[in-house]
Amino acid sequence: MAEQAIDLSKMTISDEVAVQISNMNKWYGQFHVLRDVNMTVHKGERIVICGPSGSGKSTLIRCINRLEEHQSGQIVVDGTELTNDLKNIDKVRSEVGMVFQHFNLFPHLTILENCTLAPIWVRKIPKREAEETAMHFLSKVKIPDQAHKYPGQLSGGQQQRVAIARSLCMRPRIMLFDEPTSALDPEMIKEVLDTMISLAEEGMTMLCVTHEMGFAQAVANRVIFMDKGQIVEQNSPREFFNNPQSERTKLFLSQILGH
Amino acid sequence: MTEFTPFVRKDMLEPRDPPGNQQGPIAWARENLFSGPMNTVLTLLGILAVGWLALHIIPWLMHSVWNANSLSECRAIIAQTWGPDATGACWAMVRERWHQYVFGFYPMDLYWRPTLAFLLMLVAIAPVLYQSLPRKMMWFTALYPFICYWLLWGGTLWAPIVVLAGFGLFALAFRFAAPKLGVPVSAGLGLLAAAVWWLFVQTPLSTALNGIIPLSIRDVDSDQFGGFLLSIVIGITAISASLPMGILLALGRKSDMLLVKSLSVMFIEFIRGVPLITLLFTASLLLQYFLPPGSNFDIILRVIILVTLFAAAYIAEVIRGGLAALPRGQYEAADALGLDYWQAQRLIIMPQALKISIPGIVSSFIGLFKDTTLVAFVGLMDPLKGITAVVRADINWKGIYWEPYIFAGTIFFLICFGMSRYSMWLERKLKTDHR
Ligand SMILES: Nc1ncnc2c1ncn2[C@@H]1O[C@H](COP(=O)(O)OP(=O)(O)OP(=O)(O)O)[C@@H](O)[C@H]1O
Ligand SMILES: [Mg+2]
Repeated sequence: MAEQAIDLSKMTISDEVAVQISNMNKWYGQFHVLRDVNMTVHKGERIVICGPSGSGKSTLIRCINRLEEHQSGQIVVDGTELTNDLKNIDKVRSEVGMVFQHFNLFPHLTILENCTLAPIWVRKIPKREAEETAMHFLSKVKIPDQAHKYPGQLSGGQQQRVAIARSLCMRPRIMLFDEPTSALDPEMIKEVLDTMISLAEEGMTMLCVTHEMGFAQAVANRVIFMDKGQIVEQNSPREFFNNPQSERTKLFLSQILGH
Repeated sequence: MTEFTPFVRKDMLEPRDPPGNQQGPIAWARENLFSGPMNTVLTLLGILAVGWLALHIIPWLMHSVWNANSLSECRAIIAQTWGPDATGACWAMVRERWHQYVFGFYPMDLYWRPTLAFLLMLVAIAPVLYQSLPRKMMWFTALYPFICYWLLWGGTLWAPIVVLAGFGLFALAFRFAAPKLGVPVSAGLGLLAAAVWWLFVQTPLSTALNGIIPLSIRDVDSDQFGGFLLSIVIGITAISASLPMGILLALGRKSDMLLVKSLSVMFIEFIRGVPLITLLFTASLLLQYFLPPGSNFDIILRVIILVTLFAAAYIAEVIRGGLAALPRGQYEAADALGLDYWQAQRLIIMPQALKISIPGIVSSFIGLFKDTTLVAFVGLMDPLKGITAVVRADINWKGIYWEPYIFAGTIFFLICFGMSRYSMWLERKLKTDHR
């Protein structure tokens, strides 16, 4: 993956804050999943979150668009605080795109309809315009010719690229990825990662849960390591991989990279 | 130790056609009917049973009599033609009384009205059943209930128009309130406005309007309805009303709001736990109790409401099954895209849940349609028991037994079988998951 490394020096990270999480805690019943999480994401940042299974990575990024509710602390996305106010939640969700491990395309709609549904109903964009935008993003993820097929007729990699295009059609300012390549065969992983890399090159703010360490090294400006619901270590990719500080991180890296 | 020769393929193989299968009836029969001793025995037993049945039924059907004025005349003809011991079917009864099976006691000179209503119904249903038809036809579908009501019951045309205005009021109230108050509250408000309109404005206004511009056709009373006219009126109305109601109940049962949830659960469990006949009996008492004194609540409308509630409870459970079969990811994707609850339900969740539930929903519909014969218990002339009793009360047809049931049963079968085939067609058409 390294040969695809994007020129990080050219990437600008602004001072503007995209996501601000302060002292956030979350429980599932009695189980304390997220513990005192503090995190500031600036516009244009590309953050990779990694950690062992069950460490709360998914839960953390799902809190950012309120698919999960946090019980204490504060989450502010693009200036809007997430509370029980449905208006705020809908506002945040239309600004934040999310890509899931299992794609979650709508199987009863064609690829094009998958991509135009939310723009038409949430953004109230005329159908024609929404279709043009959709075709634009479908070409960008390199599957414009599949627009009139159903998701079930596409390969996993193609489906995941459609899912990315579907999110992009809402013109989000922040993209969340939850293990976007974990359900894919190696051949398809590359096509999805390429799509994500080109997204990063355009300056999209990205938070990405992934175990693709090559991707992290090439694209991320920051790697966050989580364990037991806490942020254990965060650093630039170079430092993180070459010079991990905590014992837990060293163990994790040796398991995932070593053998 | 096994030996092997290293191997590298030089040129790739081209795809070839599969070997020709053994086809033809004999191969088919060997594979499906006589594949083993057990299967062979079962096949032979089956053939015997069918043969035995045919031996008894076919002569009876072969000795059909179509022209006679009474059962005794039928029997005389059969004895004369096929010998004294022969049995035969006396279809002459159907020939003489078919119109009662179809229209009940609807005035004979007005048969054109239900007939026209039936033909228009086919036009109204078509765009619902076949999505490929122009969507504009739905406007007629929306108006059809009012036209149908007027054609069947007669009276002033102003009555259905004023009822329609009540729906307009509902839509208006909903339209204005929905952006501020949300879907459920504004739907309630609209319903309230419409109910007030129907209860207090309806009758005076339509009478007054008819006084100014009289637009009346002859009244036909509900107790003149009967036969398949009655079954179809109750069946179709209850089917079209119970589906939306079932959807709402299913959503209510899954709702986070405790009140909505417990009301839905109570309603569903109560209705499902009580036999339809009990509901039919008690409803006449209860409804009289709640309505303003003096208002005579039409018996057919009463039955339609109950049958609808009954079917809705079952359909709600069928749809709940469909909802449970949807992966959580579908809800999450809809949420993540910013769709609100009603949009997500309407655009993502329901289309898929309903598709999964088609077989169950259609089963409920078929059950509902056959249950319309239970209205015999509240004194209505259903085609199976009510009309048959009337026919048998005639001295000419006293003692006739199989023919009326076979006749009515065949029509029920054709309609229900039609529904079943349609649902299978729809399932195939909607299959987009390609798994
Ligand atoms: N809905 C839920 N109810 C109760 N516990 C849950 C729920 N969802 C997740 N958990 C628990 O919360 C913990 C964190 O889950 P999460 O999915 O965030 O982990 P993760 O880091 O994404 O792991 P993975 O790499 O396996 O995806 C896990 O122990 C999980 O069992
Ligand atoms: Mg996860």
